[in-house]
Amino acid sequence: MSRTKLTAGLLATTMLVGTAASAQDVALTIESWRNDDLTLWQDVIIPAFEAEHPGISVQFTPSAPAEYNAVLNSKLDAGSAGDLITCRPFDASLALYEAGHLTDLSDLDAMANFSDVAQSAWQTDDGSATFCMPMASVIHGFIYNADAFAELGLEEPTTVDEFFAVLDAIEEDGTYIPMSMGTADQWEAATMGYNNIGPNYWRGEEGRLALIAGEQSLTDPEWVGPLEQLARWGDYLGRGYEAQTYPDSQNLFTLGRAAIYPAGSWEITGFNAQADFAMGAFAPPVPNAGDECYISDHTDIAIGLNAASPNADAARTFLNWVGSAEFAEIYANALPGFFPLSNAEVTLEDPLAQEMISWRAECNSSIRSTYQILSRGTPNLENETWNASAQVIRGAESPADAAARLQEGLASWYEPQQ
Amino acid sequence: MRQSRIKWHIIVFLAPAVLVYTAIMIVPLFNTLRLSLFTEVDQERVYVGLENFRTLFGDPRWSESFWNALGNNFWFFFIHMLVQNPIGILLAALLSNPRLRFSALYRTAIFVPTILSFVIVGFAWKLILSPIWGIAPEMLDAVGLGFLYQPWLGLEETSLTTLALISVWQFIGIPMMLIYAALLSIPDEILEAGECDGITGMSAFWKIKLPLILPSIGIISILTFVGNFNAFDLIYAAQGALAGPNFATDILGTFMYRTFFGFQLQLGDPHMGSAIASAMFVIILIGVCFYLFAIQSRMRRYQF
Repeated sequence: MSRTKLTAGLLATTMLVGTAASAQDVALTIESWRNDDLTLWQDVIIPAFEAEHPGISVQFTPSAPAEYNAVLNSKLDAGSAGDLITCRPFDASLALYEAGHLTDLSDLDAMANFSDVAQSAWQTDDGSATFCMPMASVIHGFIYNADAFAELGLEEPTTVDEFFAVLDAIEEDGTYIPMSMGTADQWEAATMGYNNIGPNYWRGEEGRLALIAGEQSLTDPEWVGPLEQLARWGDYLGRGYEAQTYPDSQNLFTLGRAAIYPAGSWEITGFNAQADFAMGAFAPPVPNAGDECYISDHTDIAIGLNAASPNADAARTFLNWVGSAEFAEIYANALPGFFPLSNAEVTLEDPLAQEMISWRAECNSSIRSTYQILSRGTPNLENETWNASAQVIRGAESPADAAARLQEGLASWYEPQQ
Repeated sequence: MRQSRIKWHIIVFLAPAVLVYTAIMIVPLFNTLRLSLFTEVDQERVYVGLENFRTLFGDPRWSESFWNALGNNFWFFFIHMLVQNPIGILLAALLSNPRLRFSALYRTAIFVPTILSFVIVGFAWKLILSPIWGIAPEMLDAVGLGFLYQPWLGLEETSLTTLALISVWQFIGIPMMLIYAALLSIPDEILEAGECDGITGMSAFWKIKLPLILPSIGIISILTFVGNFNAFDLIYAAQGALAGPNFATDILGTFMYRTFFGFQLQLGDPHMGSAIASAMFVIILIGVCFYLFAIQSRMRRYQF
């Protein structure tokens, strides 16, 4: 008897929920790997959107970062993916577009708010179609312990010579490990090392595009230069840095044991929470005083429209809003370190984030050299660069040899370099 | 009354195991072998015969990675055979000594790591050996041997051996248990008869017990071989899919994983990955066949 009642009750609830859902016009679902941002989306971003657009409700359904690509691909193939799809930069998303899973968004009004560099990560190679609305980029540079700098009487270095003078001074004093980085996980060496200091050598976009066009090669001095600087880094890293992992490096810095941290801006939130000393940031030092400066302002995250979505109109409305200045302001302040890509003027409350975004005005922005097109073949240039950068820092390979190996690998499948 | 020829009960009893095993082992295995004969061109799967294998063994880059991984795999196996089996036998011999007190405690303590997850083992040892937070440097410092400390997991020369030893630490319980059981099954009469002939102590071990436990050692070796050539988890947990430093710890499992599922910017290639998986299958098959036909069939059996 009671079971019948329960069943009836359940049925009734289901019907109620059913009617409640159909009372709202459209419900959009967002696929994402940013499960760290779940509360931000639920509490801030989505309510802000829904307040302006009654009739459209949005659900943020993230999966684990490491599984995202696989999960998304199987969902897309099975036709069960959400309406909106958070886009990884470059080839992963391009493959989705070419497979017909993402829609061309070039005609959206808000796309006009983004520069070519901002759009480049989600465009076809000829630039004719942009298939994701850019959301945020990360900027590379160095974060330092400002208290330690004050204690030792050091200034932010602007040239490579000054940079090594600062490192020498910290080393000589002995209180702090000069720089916190390890080579165990390899990617920091390439991402926070090579691609952080590199743009100053290869002149940002100019060198990057020349490499893609085959006009420069990885054995040119512009491209060996950063490896030569990395080879000198090994002396300033902590004891046993060969087995030091990425979380180790973060902790060494936030515990105040290391003075300088080669960083990506995504560290800001974590560092603010962990470190109890004042922090500052300086842009990658230039090789010679008076050189123009370049920074890696890497396009990292965007959002696109599932071609199979039945709610394309509502989704387009949402994407247009993502491209607006309002979204940029909300997103950038909620996640300091993920900088909006739109041309809209945004003020950041976090001083460290404000410092890093201010480099955009002083220096030329570029993206990581290995990400567009050049990592399409086997051997994969990005993965090879991890290995080469770590090898060079460890002193296991000379910069020239590493560069020659990278060039040989790239030329083995990339025609313009042959 | 004629009985029906078909023994239905046998089929009924076998069916669940056969069905489950076929669905989750045999079908995927053959599908992997099949997949290795295809490649993808413009989103379409195309049959290419043995082209993937030609790339794997013929292309200098692929073959270099493959032989590096295979060589590392053999070294991994070699360390296991060299360290795990002798220590396993020694522990079992000690445990089977009737005068040893608390032997149940030791047995359990030594066996416990075997049931831990690879991820926990990898993470725990990474922390123990960490140059920054690890207890290894401090412990060596405390006994005045601090200069011996090296970031073992981060050096090309030592990382693979270190990982092999960690894996030995984890799995030492299995040879110990198997050999312990074999030792216990040796009847006392044989040992007593040996004693009458003047064979006691160490020589009783070498001359009586060791020959009798050789079949167990054979089983352990083949289990270790299959386990090592299928290994992946520990390396992945400790060193990541890129098996650093400079691929010094790359074994067939991590190489296959990187190729099949892709890594970072490298997109996955299920067909090349299947080719590597097929090569692994063949290597393991050869090893197991060698054991079955060349070793096991010649092993003498004793009936008590």
